Amino acid sequence: MDRMELRLTGSGGQGVILATIILAEAALYSGKNAVQSQSYGPEARGGMCKAEVIISEDEIGFTKVMKPTFLLALTQESLNKFGATVDENCVIMMDDSLVEIETKAKNVIKAPILATAREKVGKAFTANIVAVGAINKALGLASFENLKEAVMGHIPAGTEEINIKALEMGNDLIK
Amino acid sequence: MTRKVLMQGNEAVVEGAIKGGMRFFAGYPITPSTEIAEMAALKLPRVGGRFIQMEDEIASMAAVLGASAVGTKTMTATSGPGFSLKQENLGYGCMTELPCVVVNVQRSGPSTGLPTSPSQGDVMQAKWGTHGDHPVIALSPSSVEETYHLTIRCFNLAEKYRTPVILLMDEIVGHLREGVSIPENEQVDIIERKLKERPDVFHLPYHVCEGEYVPRWHLTGYDVRYNITGLAHGVDGFPTNNNEIAGALVTRLVEKINHGYEDIVTFEEYMLDDADMMVVCYGGTARSVKTAVDMARAQGIKVGMFRAITVWPSPEKELKALSKKIKSVIVAEHNYGQYSLEVQRIIERPVGFVGKVDGTVITPDEVLAKIKEGR
Amino acid sequence: MASKLIDKYMREDHLPHIWCPGCGHGILMRNVAKAIDNLGINQEKVCLVSGIGCAARAAGYMDFQTMHTTHGRAIAFATGVKMARPDLEVIVIAGDGDIAAIGGNHLIHAARRNINITVIVFNNDIYGMTGGQYSPTTPTGDYGTTAPYGNLDRPFDIGLLAAAAGASYSAKGTCYHVPQTIKLIEDGIKHKGFALIDCLGVCPTYYGRKNKKGGAVEMLTRQKENMITAEQAYKLPIHERESKVILGKIAENDFPEFTEEYQKIIDRLVKQNG
Repeated sequence: MDRMELRLTGSGGQGVILATIILAEAALYSGKNAVQSQSYGPEARGGMCKAEVIISEDEIGFTKVMKPTFLLALTQESLNKFGATVDENCVIMMDDSLVEIETKAKNVIKAPILATAREKVGKAFTANIVAVGAINKALGLASFENLKEAVMGHIPAGTEEINIKALEMGNDLIK
Repeated sequence: MTRKVLMQGNEAVVEGAIKGGMRFFAGYPITPSTEIAEMAALKLPRVGGRFIQMEDEIASMAAVLGASAVGTKTMTATSGPGFSLKQENLGYGCMTELPCVVVNVQRSGPSTGLPTSPSQGDVMQAKWGTHGDHPVIALSPSSVEETYHLTIRCFNLAEKYRTPVILLMDEIVGHLREGVSIPENEQVDIIERKLKERPDVFHLPYHVCEGEYVPRWHLTGYDVRYNITGLAHGVDGFPTNNNEIAGALVTRLVEKINHGYEDIVTFEEYMLDDADMMVVCYGGTARSVKTAVDMARAQGIKVGMFRAITVWPSPEKELKALSKKIKSVIVAEHNYGQYSLEVQRIIERPVGFVGKVDGTVITPDEVLAKIKEGR
Repeated sequence: MASKLIDKYMREDHLPHIWCPGCGHGILMRNVAKAIDNLGINQEKVCLVSGIGCAARAAGYMDFQTMHTTHGRAIAFATGVKMARPDLEVIVIAGDGDIAAIGGNHLIHAARRNINITVIVFNNDIYGMTGGQYSPTTPTGDYGTTAPYGNLDRPFDIGLLAAAAGASYSAKGTCYHVPQTIKLIEDGIKHKGFALIDCLGVCPTYYGRKNKKGGAVEMLTRQKENMITAEQAYKLPIHERESKVILGKIAENDFPEFTEEYQKIIDRLVKQNG
């Protein structure tokens, strides 16, 4: 497996950092190497937020994303900023509420992540878990079981059911 | 094999520290090392240890030494400005030979600088930060898993050589999450302070046994009462103005570390066997360098990496030996050229340099460009 | 013949001390030894911590577990000692510059934290070790080598400062009032929580000479004559209080003690984890 560089972007509070942690953990559980990092400072508490995870079968040297192979955008601002700089091999997953932009990426997936969380799961805060389900399905990073285990390790007691529902619905968004 | 656990570098420090025997932590919040204090506050009381958030950086360093002086394994953690504030008491720790671990998750400076951005601008401060001649041991990890193991090693070295040991981290590793396999207890070597055996020297805190360099320890609160002071002192721990005694003390302090060179100094060699060029680095920078070496090798360039894991004392012998067979040497570090001076001193010729002071990470492409330029 | 107190609590090999003739620190050091003796505390369980300055040298002369640390930081070092070994009786001896200028931050926070440390201040209104510079307790208008035209600063009342910062015990003693001061130190050591005894010292060499206050005898006599109780003092406005010598307790409260409260957390967590 080649080095996969995932960049997840949105606004502070949408939980994109946790999403990268869960993906990294699920990849580890599946026997792969993973490194996760995030932007620090005021942007992590509102404003634009960016978190990255690199997954590879081989030892991971450089810890930052050089050329993203995947971009998640949950806000228009983050899509505009990060979508413009990717190359043609990058897969973009954008929330379907956003307006498409001009990009070199050939594969752009429009997924109703925010709407699924808000309307189908019934809790807007589960958008990051919906995204995790969709990303994992689209990229084939880890088994669903490993992913589920990673999610369970990070959610408050009492929210298990709703988060698993979010994960499954995210998974089902990608055919 | 146990499954790897995803952990942040700063978190691995605390996990390693507790495994290494830490039972007291004093700290003060500062980016990008704060998670270490947070984790210590959470985890220490669970193992019967104690955490305290002191009123400032100076006080945290002092509290750590106070706890060490009564026999506890202790640690504090900080970043740039806080590391500056700790320096006076760090020197007190060197002078009074009180073991402790001081973590510095380096950030861009000088002054407040770029608090969330990586840097290695404190590498010379780690060596010369406190006034006067003094011994220094500083280790620098390049991955989260290594952070875990090096923290344990810091505690072991601190106890063995009775001196503060610096874990010189950088934001690259401190804020990185990566997999760590946690070893079983029996797989980990833990070193305890060597205790005095001869009752006739129990009352002499700085008595050194024949053939040894490090004074042995006697537990506080039992049988004897002794004094320790940051003033020049004799084996009895009391202040002296005797120049001969003062000179012998500083000499022994420095020599105890020099004497332990083979034990203390560790390093990583990567692709150096057939190399005619090497990139010297330490800490998180190695991540960029290793990738750059792989890229260069793919293009047929015979380059390798030498990574100092023990930054101080510097791996002088190894670098000298390598420099005899490898003609071109580049140093990569996140500063304006600090360790490169040390490497130049050791190999006695100029080195190529890749550095950065804008708060961004040196990329593999930048290292590769220098490698190509250096050929 | 040396007194029993000297035999038992002083390191005679390291005497005579470095203090000047007429210095009040010897009296105060003896008071500390006497208070500990009266309480019958095991000598090995006493950890005496000091910083830098004339007063701080007491640590080297007194036969306990002693730590002579860095300027201003004695309370911070002592906090580490107490946290690691709550079984030890931790006592800090410090001068006015050490405790209220460079170490002022540690003083107020230890008081606020109410950690079981006893701080005894040898307060002689001057930096003696460095040769007579004005300190945080030098009265306004008095002279020091760095106040050749008179001190512009207003002085701290260290006892009141500690009490205001939350010290659960704060008292004031003097060199002249020996039995009373010993009792105040005793009560401070016995007290569970942060205790401070601000003891008015005598520095004839620098403070006395610079300010034409006479020799040690005159300075001690003044302590005797100007004495009012702490209770009387705090009813006086500060400018009237300045010329007085105050004796007695300012605060004595039963607040939760830091290491005990921390131990409760440990006990709860260790129990939970089996």
